[in-house]
Amino acid sequence: MSDLRDLYQSVILDHNKRPRNFGELEDSNRTAKGYNPLCGDKLTVYLVLKNDVIEAVRFVGSGCAISTASASLMTQSVKGKTVAEAERLFDGFHELVTGDSSERIDDGDLGKLAVFGGVREFPVRVKCATLAWHTLKSALDGAGKVAQTE
Amino acid sequence: MSVAAKGSARAALDLDEVRRDFPVLEQTSHGKPLVFLDSAASAQKPTQVIDSISDFYRRDYANIHRGVYELSERATRAFERTRELTREFLGASESREIIFVRSTTEAINLVAASYGRGHVRNGDEILVTAMEHHSNIVPWQLLCEATGARLRVAPIDDRGQLLLGEFEKLLTPRTRIAAVAHVSNALGTVNPVAEVVQLAHAKGVPVLLDGAQAVPHSKVDVRELDCDFYAFSGHKLFGPSGVGVLYGKAELLEAMPPYQGGGEMILTVSFEKSTFAEIPHKFEAGTPDIAGVVGLGAAVEYVTRIGLDRIVAYESELLDHGTKLLTSIPGVRLIGTAERKASILSFVVDGVHPHDVGTILDQEGIAVRTGHHCAQPVMEYFGVPATTRASLALYNTHAELEALAAGVGKVREIFG
Repeated sequence: MSDLRDLYQSVILDHNKRPRNFGELEDSNRTAKGYNPLCGDKLTVYLVLKNDVIEAVRFVGSGCAISTASASLMTQSVKGKTVAEAERLFDGFHELVTGDSSERIDDGDLGKLAVFGGVREFPVRVKCATLAWHTLKSALDGAGKVAQTE
Repeated sequence: MSVAAKGSARAALDLDEVRRDFPVLEQTSHGKPLVFLDSAASAQKPTQVIDSISDFYRRDYANIHRGVYELSERATRAFERTRELTREFLGASESREIIFVRSTTEAINLVAASYGRGHVRNGDEILVTAMEHHSNIVPWQLLCEATGARLRVAPIDDRGQLLLGEFEKLLTPRTRIAAVAHVSNALGTVNPVAEVVQLAHAKGVPVLLDGAQAVPHSKVDVRELDCDFYAFSGHKLFGPSGVGVLYGKAELLEAMPPYQGGGEMILTVSFEKSTFAEIPHKFEAGTPDIAGVVGLGAAVEYVTRIGLDRIVAYESELLDHGTKLLTSIPGVRLIGTAERKASILSFVVDGVHPHDVGTILDQEGIAVRTGHHCAQPVMEYFGVPATTRASLALYNTHAELEALAAGVGKVREIFG
């Protein structure tokens, strides 16, 4: 069961049970919807983007523990960041969960997001972890497209 | 594992022998014995089917129906033998009523396109039920979009049973066809299809039955049911994927226009006008999956030899055992608790998304399906985004269901 405990770390289980920044954001100026047709996970990300800084971020949706916790932790980690900083976090997070990077990822930059390191051992769950981030990117791009993992 | 001790059905079905027939089952997954509980998505294949396909390619393969040489005649005989085996398997009167297609999906699309073109007009209605698989919804929606017809949906109750009275009320003078699952893939409900056909015929409405989930788990007799069309897939019946069957009453098939044009389905071709072959060839354009059809024949023979009565009795024991085990776990809710069910245990675990359940079970070597099972309207009706589905076949064991229950216990342990 050690592998499963790597995937379902207590921080992830906690954020699944009590997602932070959950709910709509009335004065948001950017929103995007994300959808994973494979498992039916759906979420909407709301942003207040001012002078290139993410001043506020919230989300609503339903999904598995990995996708819910990922959305919750994402909102915490991108709040107050510039668009470029948020995109760098996404890149680092993506490398962390896919294990694509040949270099050792510096977990320090990712902060709490490092708890998703176990996901790379579960390739079918990578899309669960990245859905919120793809949706964030879509909101930042402002294209109004539904972010899809497929 | 001793199987002789308990119950007559278990003694009747030689489980050890059956399991030896399925080589894929003899493996481990994540270090645990593989527990395969996803046969409703696609069933595993017995050696008899695997060998029939490789033997056919080694000894008998050539294109069919047109060769003047011995090898082609032999291949044609093997291909047509499956048609006869399938006729007998379904209880059809004539083998020309058996059309080989790719899958249940293609069979339904064939009827929607071909029968639909001839019979469905603007303002007409097509009747389905709330528990249909997407493949028995979307082809009819496409037909509705093309013709201006309207899709009507007969409701189900909280146990996942068709409300027959409501179904009858929805049969109107505008209803052109009713399309109903024999067994629901998401819920396991066995529909009262004989009554469905009677009610529809009383109003002059033909009926297509989607038998994808029914043929591996029940004896089907299309003449007794009196259905007009019956569709199933080879791969759910322990045969190869890529082959399916459409049964249709000869007089209906004869009156229907071709579905696809091409070789095999023609009588004469000129640039002015082509004429078409008789059924079943009219609906079999192009070179089919010849070896696949031969493999389907082996699958039909396999199931027939084991005996569907034995399979039904054994699977019913398994289903009871699994139902008892799962419902005794706190926080587990079965989705689909019909009086008459077959082979499906669809469930949700309180506070845990099915995708997480599936991952944890996978680590225990248990293969289940999680998601909406191509039946999103069913999920919506039960107010769940998805379920975990364990589906049974003749090779599953009581011990495997105990492993499933233990795995669900681990899920609850991890999620607290």
